[in-house]
Amino acid sequence: MSAPAPSMFTPAATAMLARLGMKKGRANLDVFAETLQEIASANRDVLAVTSDSRGSGKLAPFGKALPRQIVEVGIAEQNLVGITAGLAACGKKAFGVSPACFLTARSLEQIKNDVCYSDVPAVLVGISAGVSYGALGSTHHSLHDFAVLRAIHNITIVAPADNAETREAVRWAATANRPIYLRFGKAAMYDLHGSSGMRFEPGRAITLCDGRDVAFLATGETVVHARLAAALLAERGISTRVVDLPTVKPLDEAAVLAAGRECRAVVTVEEHMVHGGLGEACAALLLQAGVRSAFRIVGIQDEDTVTGAQADIFRHYGISMEGLAETALALLGTGAQG
Amino acid sequence: MTDHQLALHAVALRRRMLRLIHHAGAGHTGGGLSCLDILNVLYNRILRVAPETVDDPGRDRYVQSKGHCVEALYAVMSARGYFPDTDLDTVCRYGSYYVGHPTRKIRGMEMNTGALGHGLPICVGMALAAKHDAADWRVFTLLGDGELAEGSNWEAALAAAHYGLDNLVAVLDHNTLQITGHTREVMSNEPLDEKWRAFGWEVRRVDGHDYAALTHAITAPHPGKPLFVVADTVKGKGVSFMENVGKWHHGVPSDEELARAIAELDATEARLQEVSA
Repeated sequence: MSAPAPSMFTPAATAMLARLGMKKGRANLDVFAETLQEIASANRDVLAVTSDSRGSGKLAPFGKALPRQIVEVGIAEQNLVGITAGLAACGKKAFGVSPACFLTARSLEQIKNDVCYSDVPAVLVGISAGVSYGALGSTHHSLHDFAVLRAIHNITIVAPADNAETREAVRWAATANRPIYLRFGKAAMYDLHGSSGMRFEPGRAITLCDGRDVAFLATGETVVHARLAAALLAERGISTRVVDLPTVKPLDEAAVLAAGRECRAVVTVEEHMVHGGLGEACAALLLQAGVRSAFRIVGIQDEDTVTGAQADIFRHYGISMEGLAETALALLGTGAQG
Repeated sequence: MTDHQLALHAVALRRRMLRLIHHAGAGHTGGGLSCLDILNVLYNRILRVAPETVDDPGRDRYVQSKGHCVEALYAVMSARGYFPDTDLDTVCRYGSYYVGHPTRKIRGMEMNTGALGHGLPICVGMALAAKHDAADWRVFTLLGDGELAEGSNWEAALAAAHYGLDNLVAVLDHNTLQITGHTREVMSNEPLDEKWRAFGWEVRRVDGHDYAALTHAITAPHPGKPLFVVADTVKGKGVSFMENVGKWHHGVPSDEELARAIAELDATEARLQEVSA
């Protein structure tokens, strides 16, 4: 029997989740698959295209319920993107689903040409993204996808932070008439929006809590850690803003600039290489606007990524309540937390 | 069009294509001339498409995978009425939609192509869309033989056969020359017929400059299987000093070379007219 995966949260972070009343949900990947099946059940023109990935993509129930709406291409990611583009060009709402690491590296030219340059409304879904595959190593890590896709014109890059954002983003993608990349991981997510609900708008940030000392600008499944760090900092009298950016491109420039202008320090957080991702996007925006706040990018460092489960890797690179709080305090010049 | 009318039309198309490349100062002359007869047959005899109904959901789809020979396609589509002939004076010019590879901004172009090994996967998706709708429109693509070294073609070949896409036709412009030399020296791809047959395709081989043979090969039924037509062609076909000469892969004729080529084509046209007279 294999050892259980380590928790994404330390005991202190788990206690903080309870204090904040944040409810544990499911993996965004599960919610994606369930939402897609709901949509496809009502619209026979919605198709899933998979590369021997219906198991890892949680699409087995979809395939069973809607066998005429799933296209299996085998282990052939370039073909997956080309076929998805061809379907989209002929009026189908096609979701091409494949592990993010292969989808966005092996098929990058197909994404660039067949989908984005041809401007067809294909939805590309990167599953088990970031370091979701943890100990499987760098071949299976997707730490480049924001960087390479940000450099391609005409694609919206979406990384939802919780189940509600996932559900709304998938519903939006099913009706949007443009190229889209959706990024999902495997870990269970905590509800960030509570009873207030949320409405997904591409390019719009969501301020989860406001503050003036430090701002966390976070995307995807790292946002919950930023939210916890804000709560920990609040206990130490630090006023923290948490800006959730479900859309890496287009960026909510107003929200990023406001954070830079109104807060003493800015920390970006992402499950991605520190190069080319959300952090550098925010840095370029702030610098070109003449906003010079104390600034730090938290992500995976430019090195041979440490081995371990996703939780281990997150902690190693400071993507945790404690790690983010420490980074913020150091940036504010108040030293490490006691 | 009759075979004879197609042959006469091809002379005009070759003239137009050469003038276009000369004017643009860029283009793929040799491959354009080798695939021009295939395009002539497709657009004037086989494809159920029309410039007046480019958005008709029931139209056939044509994707030029060997997008670098777009100049031949421009000549064919312009003559068919998709866009004014004068538009072709802007090919490769600043700000023009008529770039060196097909783009969807041009009326009647289905997909943006140019990078090799992309057309067939896209066409598999299109053919699956037609099957999904139980529609009777078909999907056609033109491949280059050098292009077959791209592995994505073989991924798509597997899928097309797996799904029994008998609404899909791939025509190979088999001129056996690529930019560096003969395909068998650069990266051997023979025996093509056996390979594609082994992948589960219906395979036919024809003279790619024989209109009747091409028409039959492309249109004869192939139930339950996608169709791969190996069209044996001559690079630079129709202009003696360009035929089977590697430098014309993307050579641009000088003023003098253009005049010589046009004179040859004029002579060909005169001979054809004598036959019909």
